[in-house]
Amino acid sequence: MEQERIFSIRGAVYSYKGATAPALDGIDLEVAPGEWIALLGANGSGKSTLAKICNALLAPTQGACFALGLDSSDPDCVPLIRQGVALVFQNPEDQIVCAIVEEDVAFGPENLALSPDDIRGRVDRALELTGLSELRRRGSHTLSGGQKQRLALAGALALEPRALVLDEATSMLDPEGRASLLECLRELNRRGMTMIQITHIMEDTAYASRIAVMESGRIVWDGSPSDFWGGEYLRRGFDEPGELALYRELRSRGLILPDTRPVVEDILEALCL
Amino acid sequence: MKLSNGFSIGQFIPGDSFVHSLDPRCKIIVTFVLLAGLFMAGNPADFVLWAACLAICSAASRVKFSSILRSGRPVLFLVVFTVVLNLFWTPGREIFRIGFLKITEEGLILAFVMGLRLYFLVMFAAVLMMTTSPMSFSDGLERLLSPLAILRFPVSEMAMMMTIALRFIPTLFEETDRILKAQISRGADFESGGLLKRARSYIPVLVPLFVLVFARAENLATAMESRCYVPGAPRTRMNPLSWSVRDTNALLYAIFFVALSKLWTMYMPQMARLLTHA
Repeated sequence: MEQERIFSIRGAVYSYKGATAPALDGIDLEVAPGEWIALLGANGSGKSTLAKICNALLAPTQGACFALGLDSSDPDCVPLIRQGVALVFQNPEDQIVCAIVEEDVAFGPENLALSPDDIRGRVDRALELTGLSELRRRGSHTLSGGQKQRLALAGALALEPRALVLDEATSMLDPEGRASLLECLRELNRRGMTMIQITHIMEDTAYASRIAVMESGRIVWDGSPSDFWGGEYLRRGFDEPGELALYRELRSRGLILPDTRPVVEDILEALCL
Repeated sequence: MKLSNGFSIGQFIPGDSFVHSLDPRCKIIVTFVLLAGLFMAGNPADFVLWAACLAICSAASRVKFSSILRSGRPVLFLVVFTVVLNLFWTPGREIFRIGFLKITEEGLILAFVMGLRLYFLVMFAAVLMMTTSPMSFSDGLERLLSPLAILRFPVSEMAMMMTIALRFIPTLFEETDRILKAQISRGADFESGGLLKRARSYIPVLVPLFVLVFARAENLATAMESRCYVPGAPRTRMNPLSWSVRDTNALLYAIFFVALSKLWTMYMPQMARLLTHA
């Protein structure tokens, strides 16, 4: 048993059948409890494959992945890993199984064969956390995009996992839906949830405690947000959030300002406003 | 052009009415009892009683009667087809003729009865689907079919497939609408030409729709797996099914109603004759 780490991935390689190059090509990643890692990278860099490895949907063809101290290549450990590491996908439509909100949230706990009271308790807590309690009897097809993604998150949270892996979970949402989901994730992280957030949207990395960059199946950069926002993001060709561009412009014109994250409140604080 | 307009079979309307609160097994059995009764109706006048039954179902389920009436729309073509078939191809006493087509008295009655029977059948099924969430419907069906598990019939997998199919009905209609609109915006014409041309014009809709359905099915399977679903593994329910006195009462009402309708069918013509003579 591997202890003290939520994820311990060592030299993980994964190749899809018929592919010319491996999707993952020697990944090493250690994730401590409570960490929020933003995983960035271009399409095809292996981010989603890594997410599936974390949830034991795939097992590395070489190397090892330990999630919650459990070996993902051990079939006996797979159900425990899936219970402890929940996965939220990009398109909420693809992960909502039931037609009614509360029934969908209950889907995961029902698969764990828990007692009805236990299931109800988990469903109530997950709906409360995601702010969907009022909509529990609504048809899932009547929800907005943001509400659907929060429902997908509630379904994942009902498993009461220790870690959440979000595979571009905010990419199909409008700014309002994204802000609401991010706020929810922030609250979960404050409560100790470990998170791996795969994203293309730079603003989504605002609350991450660590940022990793993937290229061609490898982690090519792994460091603190301050190092990343201090200039690494520009060197790696990532888009610059508007507020950060303005901040950098102010610095280039002679204002002595500290490094900051692309969060409006942080920028205002740095500007002493 | 919107496919999902008026489509309501399979769309659950959440509520807390008497019918909503019944055990899904009871609702499924009651629906079958009523459908069996409906097949015994052989006279157009019998449907007065069945319309009254539907009105009672509407009141007890708090589903608008107009919504129930509209639920038959998707099968209207089938109803018209059945009516035409019975109208012109039933032998009997001729009352009207246009060329080789003749309408008989028996054909007229049979067409009327068959058309109404089919339409009522869909409406009763719609009441069941409007008051039962897909999950509890499949739970009910799973429990009713559970004896088949002895014969190694995959009952729980079939129930899960049904849950998913019902859940995706509105989604697929929305997707079809979206593809239709996208093709119309690119100059596709679905409304002119003969039957064959029209059928052919739907190929650019069907191809992306099938691609989308297969992609979605794969993604959904992955998502279900990640949420600890294992086909055939034991699952529990947040709301376990429980058969109560009200379910037994509902079943008895349905049986009583079918018996009443049978008596109505048997004695109504004689009573009508007696009343006419009097």
